[in-house]
Amino acid sequence: MSDMPRIARGAGPASTPGAPRLRLFSTHHRVLGIEYLLLSLLAVALGTLLSLVMRIRLVAPDWHWPLVGVLPPESYLALVTMHGTLMIFFVLTIAPLSGFANLVLPEQIGARHMAFPRLNAASFWLTLLSLVVLLAAFVVRGGAPISGWTSYPPLSALAGAGPGQALGMDLWLVSLGIFCIASWLGAVNLLVTILYERCPGMRLMRMPLTVWAWLVASVLVLISFSVLLAALLMLLCDRHAGTSFFLPAGEVLNGVALARSGDGSPLLWLHLFWFFGHPEVYIAILPGMGLTSSLLANFTRRPILGYPLMVATTLAIGALGLVVWGHHMFVSGINPYAGTAFALTTMAIAVPSAAKVLSWLGTLLGRQRRAPLRLTTPMLFALGFVSLFITGGLTGPILAQPALDSYLHNTFFVVAHFHLIMGMAGAFSIFAGVYYWFPLMSGRLLSERLGRWHFLLTFVGAYATFFPMHFAGLAGEPRHYAQLTGTTSSLAGLLPLQRGITWAAMVLATAQLLFLANLVVSLRRGRLAPANPWQATTLEWAPLTWQLLPTAERHVYRGPYEYGPAKGYCRMEPAQADFKMQCDEPAEPE
Amino acid sequence: MPASLRTGWLPPDGSLHGPQLDRLLESNLAVLLALLLLAQLLLLYGVLRSRRGVDAAHPAVEARTSAWRTETLPLLLCCLLFAAMAISSQRLWAALRYQGPAPGAMQVEAVGVQFQWYFRYPGPDGRFGFVRPALVNAAAGNPLGLDPNDRRSGDDIVSSVLVLPAGREVDLRLRAHDVIHGFFIPGMRLKQNAVPGLLLHVHFTPVVGGTYPILCTQVCGSGHARMQAVLHVVPPGEFATWLAGRERALTPAAEEGARQ
Repeated sequence: MSDMPRIARGAGPASTPGAPRLRLFSTHHRVLGIEYLLLSLLAVALGTLLSLVMRIRLVAPDWHWPLVGVLPPESYLALVTMHGTLMIFFVLTIAPLSGFANLVLPEQIGARHMAFPRLNAASFWLTLLSLVVLLAAFVVRGGAPISGWTSYPPLSALAGAGPGQALGMDLWLVSLGIFCIASWLGAVNLLVTILYERCPGMRLMRMPLTVWAWLVASVLVLISFSVLLAALLMLLCDRHAGTSFFLPAGEVLNGVALARSGDGSPLLWLHLFWFFGHPEVYIAILPGMGLTSSLLANFTRRPILGYPLMVATTLAIGALGLVVWGHHMFVSGINPYAGTAFALTTMAIAVPSAAKVLSWLGTLLGRQRRAPLRLTTPMLFALGFVSLFITGGLTGPILAQPALDSYLHNTFFVVAHFHLIMGMAGAFSIFAGVYYWFPLMSGRLLSERLGRWHFLLTFVGAYATFFPMHFAGLAGEPRHYAQLTGTTSSLAGLLPLQRGITWAAMVLATAQLLFLANLVVSLRRGRLAPANPWQATTLEWAPLTWQLLPTAERHVYRGPYEYGPAKGYCRMEPAQADFKMQCDEPAEPE
Repeated sequence: MPASLRTGWLPPDGSLHGPQLDRLLESNLAVLLALLLLAQLLLLYGVLRSRRGVDAAHPAVEARTSAWRTETLPLLLCCLLFAAMAISSQRLWAALRYQGPAPGAMQVEAVGVQFQWYFRYPGPDGRFGFVRPALVNAAAGNPLGLDPNDRRSGDDIVSSVLVLPAGREVDLRLRAHDVIHGFFIPGMRLKQNAVPGLLLHVHFTPVVGGTYPILCTQVCGSGHARMQAVLHVVPPGEFATWLAGRERALTPAAEEGARQ
């Protein structure tokens, strides 16, 4: 409590210039939010570099790298594994959920602080520990594991199954185990904060859609990461305690029959892993959806179309997300009737997703009176999110059909699908959030000019990199191939296409230097942010002076998206205020 | 557009069910591509149009946005489309996987081992012999661990290429020794994982003669990318000659097996 005046002074949007004082071991949520985002920035930089090395190895397998020489195929697979693990866990989970929620969630619901600040801080430090353990896998004997981020056993269960499957695999498992616990603690904190720390008047149906998204994502974390943690422990037991959860009878590795006489099943791991793995993609994308809704409302100066429907679809996606995991397993040996069942649930989840897209398009296309659209950088990235979400999403109903998946499964078609909808759409929502909330972190705005260039190059680069992968997939190119020139040479014809993709990926990655430059330059010399730079309605932009008084409380009087000019608005003479903050008192008593 | 798609990207199709799958895939791609263009154009139109504001005096202002037209109706159409897609493709899935092969289908086994596919034919007795994990010894010529004490295994033929007669249904049983492998013949539009501990069946009918690559599509270790084999689809007569040749080559071993 004694911290509050300092925070109100340092971190509030109405503050004097300069970053909030970053005490490293703070339990303040905003400091933790910034720390989470920095951790993600580190992970995304590393994950991007790994992907570039992969792209080059794929099209030029014989190229001599400085210092290391020719990369062996197992190095390619190690890069794949670490790229996927870094991006999915430490970028797409951490930044939109832990990072942004810590940055603004308490303010958005009118709370002074998180429900469990110390638990929250513990969650961050465990996440950092998890990252360190993961990266340690690079330097141990045998290197990083090669079984991909899904780590199917027996490849992941037996140290002799390949290089990196000994100590590297153990570190991977321990790292993710720590990550599970960290996410769990973070999710408990978010959930309790949202349910119990809302200020008077902040009814559930007045919560911004970002808060709804964090609520549902937190519930998904609690359910799915628990299952992942159990699966990780079981796999560790298979590796070191002589159990056979995932090892079948009659296992023969390297010509030697395994002495263990268990009767486990690798399919059990697939079920447990994907029971976690599919909700995980919604954990990654739901906050981005919520943020996009908020940004579209703000920069079109209109209420989001169908707020109750948006809440309902968020809940529906969360619920359905728990029952679609089998669509990763159509050809894995499950019962074909189960394939049909999972195909139907997967088709069903396309409906709430389509409803969200329609709402975004409707918000944009609505024919109500309005001010001109404000194409700021956060808005550009939000629009980019919608575009990529549509493009990546529309291949979903194809892959949801087991008959078609029995051709496309594990080809580049799938790589294109999830990179567009999860990787790129997810990244665009993170960029949108950083551009939008940067004033809360630094008191300054990011450069719009650099931001527009960053958006343009990233948008073009994303499509140029990932859209052509559909064609490689249709041609039948499998994932995880370290090179295209195999014994059958059927894939060698795809080399020109893959070379083009590699060039596009380099452009895409290089464009991110603009973002880094923008961060560095704007932190020092960016334009000072006014109190509410985007004229937003949500409370993270409201003055935090109330926090100075220990007994004061925030009150909320209205919904989250009351945008739009007053009656009689004329474009030629814009009204002073075309929005009402949630804490603005009504003109006459309710 | 579908025709150019086929010649352009999908590999040549040599199986009986393949054309049906290709048609399904192409119609799906065409519909979704149209939806994609429509949605992206709407997005672009929305951005361009909204660059200008709309005055209160503008006639459009009074046309209240109707939730029915912008949300409910398109959503219902999407529901219908998704339902139609799900149902139409289930027919093919059911034909491929619900129903087993015809009783007379040819028995072949594919076994995935890091980083090699082995194919086993049951031989003249039409039955696969026992295998024992402890007997697996590729260097000694027994990569699958055939049990010499089982009289049915003596005539089993093990090959590193898959040769199949055109026009006859194949009941393929899939196994793996060590890790999960993905058995993928792009030209047969066929994919199924081979899982250690499970005996899985898929069936298909090759109809067009030729040579088709067999790829591994489940990451299985450092040699994953070179775990490739070849399927030769040949006329039935040629297949009989090939099989007879392999059986002859096997005879001494079979007799030895019978003596033990």
